[in-house]
Amino acid sequence: MALIEARTPLAIGTGEPARSNPSGVFARPTTAQTGWKSWLTSVDHKKVGIMYGIGALFFFFVGGFEALLIRAQLAQPGSRLLSADVYNQVYTMHGVTMVFFFVMPMAAAFINYLLPLQIGARDVAFPRLNAFSFWCWLGAAIFFNSSWFLGGGADGGWFAYPPNTSVTYSPGHGMDFYVFGLAIAGISSLVSSINLIVTVINLRAPGMTWFKVPVFTWMALVTQFLLAFSLPVITVALFLLGFDRNFGSQFFDAAHGGDPLLWQHLFWIFGHPEVYIIILPSFGIISEIIPVFSRKPIFGYPFMVFSGIAIAFMGFGVWAHHMFASGMGPMSVMAFSLATMFIAVPTGVKVLNWVATLYGGKLSFKAPMVWAVGTVAMFTIGGLSGITHSIAPVDYQHTDTYHIVGHFHYVIFGGGVLGLFAGAYFWWPKVFGWMLGDRMGKVHFAFTLIGLNMTFGAMHILGLQGMARRYFTYSDYQGFGFWNLIASIGAFAMGFGALLFAANVWLSYRKHKANPVELGPDPWDARSLEWMVPSPTPEYNFSEIPEIAELDEFWHRKYGHDEDHRAVRIAATEDVAQKPGATGIHLPSPSYWPIVLAAGLPLLAYGVMFHKERYSGEYTAWAIGVGLLGVIVIVAAIFGWVMEPSTDPEADGGHHDHDHDPADPSAAALEAPAEAEESGTAELAEGEPVAALAGSGAQASATSNEETTGE
Amino acid sequence: MSETLTASAAVHHEADDHAHPTVTGISNEKLAMWLFLGTECMLFGGLISTYMLYKNRPVGSGEGVAGVEGLAGSPTRVSELFDIPFTSASSFVLLASSLTMVFAVSSAMRKDQARMRLWLVTTAVLGGVFVGGQIYEFTAFVKEGLGFTSNVAASAFFTLTGFHGVHVTLGILMLLFTAGLSLRGRLPDSKAEAVEIVGLYWHFVDVVWILIFTVVYLIK
Repeated sequence: MALIEARTPLAIGTGEPARSNPSGVFARPTTAQTGWKSWLTSVDHKKVGIMYGIGALFFFFVGGFEALLIRAQLAQPGSRLLSADVYNQVYTMHGVTMVFFFVMPMAAAFINYLLPLQIGARDVAFPRLNAFSFWCWLGAAIFFNSSWFLGGGADGGWFAYPPNTSVTYSPGHGMDFYVFGLAIAGISSLVSSINLIVTVINLRAPGMTWFKVPVFTWMALVTQFLLAFSLPVITVALFLLGFDRNFGSQFFDAAHGGDPLLWQHLFWIFGHPEVYIIILPSFGIISEIIPVFSRKPIFGYPFMVFSGIAIAFMGFGVWAHHMFASGMGPMSVMAFSLATMFIAVPTGVKVLNWVATLYGGKLSFKAPMVWAVGTVAMFTIGGLSGITHSIAPVDYQHTDTYHIVGHFHYVIFGGGVLGLFAGAYFWWPKVFGWMLGDRMGKVHFAFTLIGLNMTFGAMHILGLQGMARRYFTYSDYQGFGFWNLIASIGAFAMGFGALLFAANVWLSYRKHKANPVELGPDPWDARSLEWMVPSPTPEYNFSEIPEIAELDEFWHRKYGHDEDHRAVRIAATEDVAQKPGATGIHLPSPSYWPIVLAAGLPLLAYGVMFHKERYSGEYTAWAIGVGLLGVIVIVAAIFGWVMEPSTDPEADGGHHDHDHDPADPSAAALEAPAEAEESGTAELAEGEPVAALAGSGAQASATSNEETTGE
Repeated sequence: MSETLTASAAVHHEADDHAHPTVTGISNEKLAMWLFLGTECMLFGGLISTYMLYKNRPVGSGEGVAGVEGLAGSPTRVSELFDIPFTSASSFVLLASSLTMVFAVSSAMRKDQARMRLWLVTTAVLGGVFVGGQIYEFTAFVKEGLGFTSNVAASAFFTLTGFHGVHVTLGILMLLFTAGLSLRGRLPDSKAEAVEIVGLYWHFVDVVWILIFTVVYLIK
């Protein structure tokens, strides 16, 4: 194995003498690679991505349980399974949990894991901020769901319209959990968006010009821009509502001249881009899957990219179509109605391009492909019913009925979640090194598809029959019973499908443990760079940073064309894929500060929301204490963070394992490369000073002179 | 390893010796600050819009279309209490701090750390004068009987200017922290760009104040 690295310090090296304990509070965490502690302090984008995925899946089951409670309640007319109050909480918590604590973090899981790999980078631009984004998100999720144990969940709907969410109509603390939970989740997403945008702009592999960037990364980038420019707006709205609820202002109190419509505008300026934040990562995922299983390049790559960008721009100009019924005036309604019709155009371009990619392809319907095609079909249904809502007179009839609920579930579940599951089946072998069962994946799909159409299809009919959203029950004579029962049966079918996914993970893992099969880097004969590295991805990603000449670079290294423009194999996968076991690559060092800083924010939020008794107006000492503790933790963490160089100057290699236990099987698996590193870094120690790699954003120079001469 | 890979990578390595380590040539940190400031535009945009919507509410009975009898809240408008000469002076102080910030960055570029520290502290002091002026202004308003919860216009005013004041305060802390790092010899010349990045933030906060001063104080 050749020595990879001999590099001069980068422009933004740490440039200061080594201090093992720079802040005086914590020592730098050891760079152990295994054990639960390594996950708490890891700044590796892959570990962060996996943690996002696990956390999001957990909250998928939480939100799914809430959904089943709703459907159980509505299955029969006049049901008293849930009280009206609990029903309000359950549907609000379901919506917020699914949007902010399942779909967004699940998309973040894919983006975190795959984006650096797809652009040929070794990590994101700011690895510690990346870890902070995850812990901050987890803190928000736990904080928000802790409301169940602290007086009841949020009960004002996921868009929290005042005055319904004012203290008068929602006197509990549920909406405070909403306000601060989303504010903290917003900090997480904002930090993450800036980090990922910088990563894509600055850390692409040499030769990867903008139109050689994979579609998934493009859509991820567009999503991050949407997040970056929409989140501050909802942050303002949340602050205003938080001040109203906790500090006696009257921003949304009409009796004081406040304007509840302001909330609706601020919320939907965020909320409509949020729809695209949910759907675009899924679009990106299926744009990767469909070409692989059609054995064709994506049809109309530039159109895919530009339609994604167009959706993002137009997505900021259509928010008020959520408010047609609010009485904002005919001119506004017309303008937003037209804009909404227009935004269907780039979306339609995408659908047609996926279909054109399938057309004439050599289709193989493995589980990821089945899910991806399902995504296209279901999203198209949701998109078409969406266009009908752009016609304001029609929308007046649909507003606040189950027709709307059915529509947006086709978009978010049919378009968003199906795509995420497609991605899960597709990239699972890359992330974990073993496959999920294909047949069980298809059974999971069948239950999900049938259940989804039963549930949300039935909702369309219920809406047209006049059933309103958010009512906790209905009467027998209204005639909603039949389709509600169908919807509920469908929901439980989807729930069963989700359990099948969990079972699939468990059984496939057991099968892998009993009979491990070496998968190789590229089990699907795929196209983009992440398939070039071993599965599971080594900590340093690329032993050499590839030089990019083509879109779908990895495919072009495997396949050329004959005279008839048919693809012919020019190289075996093993020859073009990267070998494991690079040495001397310096990765960003782990850090305690991200998780510490993230822990401070919920403490501060508890302090603010409980600082005063709602009715007596007396201050509560414990809450103020908790809030102050939060402030101290936040300040200390920021200080420690700033004082800590992003790469430990004393570490001699970020993925280097000092003292792992050889008895630990997972550590033993790493034994061999670790030893190789030892010798590699020993050689290095006499050479150049240690350079920071990912933290300072290196376009790593791939090889050293030693290596070239060595071969 | 394939021949092409090694060869092309070696070529790249040679080119890399002179090239900047990022694709754009802009450091990650600076790019991130620009993006952050972009998001801040949306934040202040939301806050300024809120104030613009509420600045004449509630008006006394019979005045204007929104003048509905019986609306709760103080009839005093926050704009009636503005002391334009005073705020102009403190705005001028804040603007001057942008100039001293430019001097600090320029000194940092010339690797003159002593002078850089001097300008950083000067900038921080000017910022401190501005925040002090804001605290005085807030106290004066409260003494006149217009607090945070008096009416929606006051709430919107205090929220907007309060958010800006917090931004200035954070900027002061960043300036002093940077000067302190330099004093302790922990800001090597290779990291001088940190001063420029703090400067970007500082200038942004100033520009936002120009907007707020114009829109909130000067336009009736």
